[in-house]
Amino acid sequence: MPDKLIVSVSPHIHSHESTPKVMWSVFFALIPAGIVGVFIFGLAALKIIIISVLSCLVTEALIQKLTHRRISIGDGSAVLTGLLLAYNLSSNVPFWIPVIGGIFAIAVCKQAFGGLGANIFNPALAARAFLLASWPKHMTGFSKPFSPDAVTSATPLAMLKEGKVADLVQSGLSYMDLFLGKRSGCLGEVCILVLLIGAVYLLWRGYIWWYTPAGFILTLGGLSWIFGVGGFFKGDFLFSILAGGVILGAFFMATDYVTTPITKKGQLIFGIGCGVITFIIRRFGGYPEGISYSILMMNATVPLIDRYVRPRRYGVKK
Amino acid sequence: MFRLEEHKEETENKAIAKTVLPSRAYIPLSQHLGRICNPEVKIGDSVSTGQRIAAADARIYAPIHASLSGKVTSISDWPHPLLGRCKSIIIQGDGQDKSQIPNPKSQTDIENLTPEQIRNIVFEAGIVGMGGAAFPTHIKLSPPSPVDTLIVNGTECEPYLTADYRLMLEKTKEILQGIELVVKCLGVKKVYIAIEDNKPQAIEKFKIQNSPPKAGPPSAEKFKIKVLKSQYPQGGEKQLTKNILGREVPQGKLPFDIGVVVHNVATVFAIYEAVYLGKPLYERVVTVTGDCLENPGNFLVRIGTPLSDLITQCGPLKKKPEKIIFGGPMMGFAQYSLDTPVIKNTNGVILFSDTEIKVAEEAACIRCSRCVEHCPLGLMPCLISLACQKERWDAARSYGCLDCMECGLCDYVCPQRRNIVQAIKRAKALLNR
Repeated sequence: MPDKLIVSVSPHIHSHESTPKVMWSVFFALIPAGIVGVFIFGLAALKIIIISVLSCLVTEALIQKLTHRRISIGDGSAVLTGLLLAYNLSSNVPFWIPVIGGIFAIAVCKQAFGGLGANIFNPALAARAFLLASWPKHMTGFSKPFSPDAVTSATPLAMLKEGKVADLVQSGLSYMDLFLGKRSGCLGEVCILVLLIGAVYLLWRGYIWWYTPAGFILTLGGLSWIFGVGGFFKGDFLFSILAGGVILGAFFMATDYVTTPITKKGQLIFGIGCGVITFIIRRFGGYPEGISYSILMMNATVPLIDRYVRPRRYGVKK
Repeated sequence: MFRLEEHKEETENKAIAKTVLPSRAYIPLSQHLGRICNPEVKIGDSVSTGQRIAAADARIYAPIHASLSGKVTSISDWPHPLLGRCKSIIIQGDGQDKSQIPNPKSQTDIENLTPEQIRNIVFEAGIVGMGGAAFPTHIKLSPPSPVDTLIVNGTECEPYLTADYRLMLEKTKEILQGIELVVKCLGVKKVYIAIEDNKPQAIEKFKIQNSPPKAGPPSAEKFKIKVLKSQYPQGGEKQLTKNILGREVPQGKLPFDIGVVVHNVATVFAIYEAVYLGKPLYERVVTVTGDCLENPGNFLVRIGTPLSDLITQCGPLKKKPEKIIFGGPMMGFAQYSLDTPVIKNTNGVILFSDTEIKVAEEAACIRCSRCVEHCPLGLMPCLISLACQKERWDAARSYGCLDCMECGLCDYVCPQRRNIVQAIKRAKALLNR
C-alpha cells in the first residue's frame, strides 16, 4: 500500500509532445539542406555551421550559469538558432562572424528578453541583420557554387537588382538549377528540393502549419508576377520563389512559434505581411533580398495581430 | 477537440460485477451541488439499506440514503473525494443487507404516474447527475421554461472509463425505459441518444432495442441514436448541443436556455431503478482501473465504500500507486487518502503508477498555439495562463477564463507542461469572489 500519494490539479495525463521533441525535429528536418550546402560550397560551409551552433550553445549555457538558472541547452532551441544563423550566412565569411552572430542571437535577442518563449524577434534573423549592418562587406560576398578557390559571385537576385539582366541570362541558370541549388547564396537557402522535403516532414508531423508559408510564398510570388520589372503581369513567379531565401524563411523561420501569431488566421496575416514587405524591399528597396527584414518587421507586429485576431468563442455572437 | 489515447481496453470487456459488501460505509453529507444535508439519524441508530439518513431544508439538494444495513457508529469529518474533508455518517455494516425497498411497481402503475409524481420519486431517491457535476436531477426534470429536446449522454469521452459503456450494453432496455420517464417529465418531442463511435457494440444494442415494436419503417424508431466522433471533450453539454443540434449555448447560459436538457445514461438508469424498483441511489457502477491493478474491472459499488476496499477487490497491486484519481484522468480529482469513499458521482477510480504519471516542471510558454487550436470553447488558454502568472486578473477574464469548463485539453496538449487548468481555477476563484 502506498504511504504517500501525489495530489495535483487535473488533467492527470498528458500528450507525449514536448518542446525538445519539436525543436530536434525541426533541427533534423534542416540537416539535409546543410549537407547539400556543404556539398555545393565545400567544407567551409561545414566550418561555419559548426562554429555557429557551438557559439549559440556556449553563450546559452554561460548566461544560464551566470544567472543561476537551469542549463537547458539540451532542449534544442539554441542549437536550432545556431543552425538557422549559419544557413543565413555565406560560406566564405570569416570564422568570427558566426561567433559574434551566435553570441548576439542568444545573449541579446533571446536571453536579454527572458529566454525561451520571451523574445520578440527571431534570434537568428536579428543576429543576421546585426551582422549585415556591421560588416556588410563580409555579409554580401557569396561563393560561387562548386568553386574550390572561394570565387565570389553575385546572387541571382543581386544581378536582377543591379539591372544586370544580361548577366543573369548569360549565367544560364535554369529553374531546375535554382531548384537544386546550383547558384550562389546563403549556405542553407540554395537547395529548394531538400528544404521542401524537410518542410513536408514538419507539416506531416503537425509541428508547423501551412498558413504562414502559404501566405508568404503566394503573396511574394503573386506580387512579383503582377508588378513585374517588364510590366504588369509580366513578372516571374517561379524565379521570385526559387532564387532567394523565401523557402527557408517561410517554412523554417516565419513558423517559429515564439515570434509569430498564435491563431491560424493571425499566422496567415503574418505570412501575407512578410510577402508584401519582401516584395517591396526587393522591388523598391536598396537590398536585393528582403526575407530577413520582412520577417523581423512582422515579428514586431505580432502583439498587435494577437490582440485583434482572436478565435471565435463558443456561444458568443459576433 | 482532440482524439486522446483511450486506454479503455483494460476494462471494456469486463462485465459489471458485484463487490463484496464493505464492512463500513462512510457516507458524506454533501454528494451534490446545493445545500449540504443534515443527518436524520443519531449515533447508535440502526439503519437498513436504502433508508433515508440525511436531508436538508432547501430546494436544491438531494437526500442521502444508507448503503448498508447496520449501526451508525459515528458522524464526523472524513476524507471526501472532491472537498478534501466533509462531515460523514459512518455505518458499521451487519453483513445482512436488510432493506426496506418496496415491491416493484407494475407497468400500469408506472404508466399512470404523473410527471409530478415521477419528479418526486426521483427526488426522494436522491438522484444526482452521475456523469460528474452531481446536480440534483429532480431540478433538471422541471425546467423553468419549456424544452423541446432531450440528449441522453452516453459518450463517455474520458479515457480509461467504461462504466457507462457497460451499463449501456447490459441495461439497454432499462435505460430506454428510464428515457421514457424523463420524456414524460420534460414533455420533449425530440430525443437523441449520443454515443461515441468507439462503442460500436453499444450503438448496435441501442439500435436493436430501440427499433419500432412491430414491422414498420426504420424511421419510426422512438429515439434517435446519434453516433459522434470519438474525441475529447465530446461529452460536454456545450459540445453535445453544438455537434448534435448545431445550436450553441449562449455565453453564461445553460442548455435549457436553448430548449435542451442533457442527462447522463447512468442518471437515466438510476431514474429507472427509482421508479420501477423503488430503489434509492445507494449504489452505482464504477470503473476501477489503472496500471497498478491486477484485476481492473467494472463494479456495482455501494456509496460510501472506501478506496482501500476497492483496491482489495481488484488487487493484488502490481505496482505502487503514485496517484489515485476519482473520476476520469482529464477532469477527475487526485486523492490523498485510502479512506476516501465512493460517492454518487464517482464514475471511475484510477490507480496510476509512476510510469503513467510523470511529474514535470512547468516551463515557459512558447506560444506554440496547440491549446488555442484544440480549445473546444475557442478560448486562448496560453494567454490566460500567462495573465494569471502575472496576476493580471482582468486580462485573464478578457481571454475568457470564466467561460472555461476545465476540460483540461489545453493542459494535455501543452509541450511545456504548463499548469493551465490550475491557473484558470485560481483565477476563477479570485474573480468570482
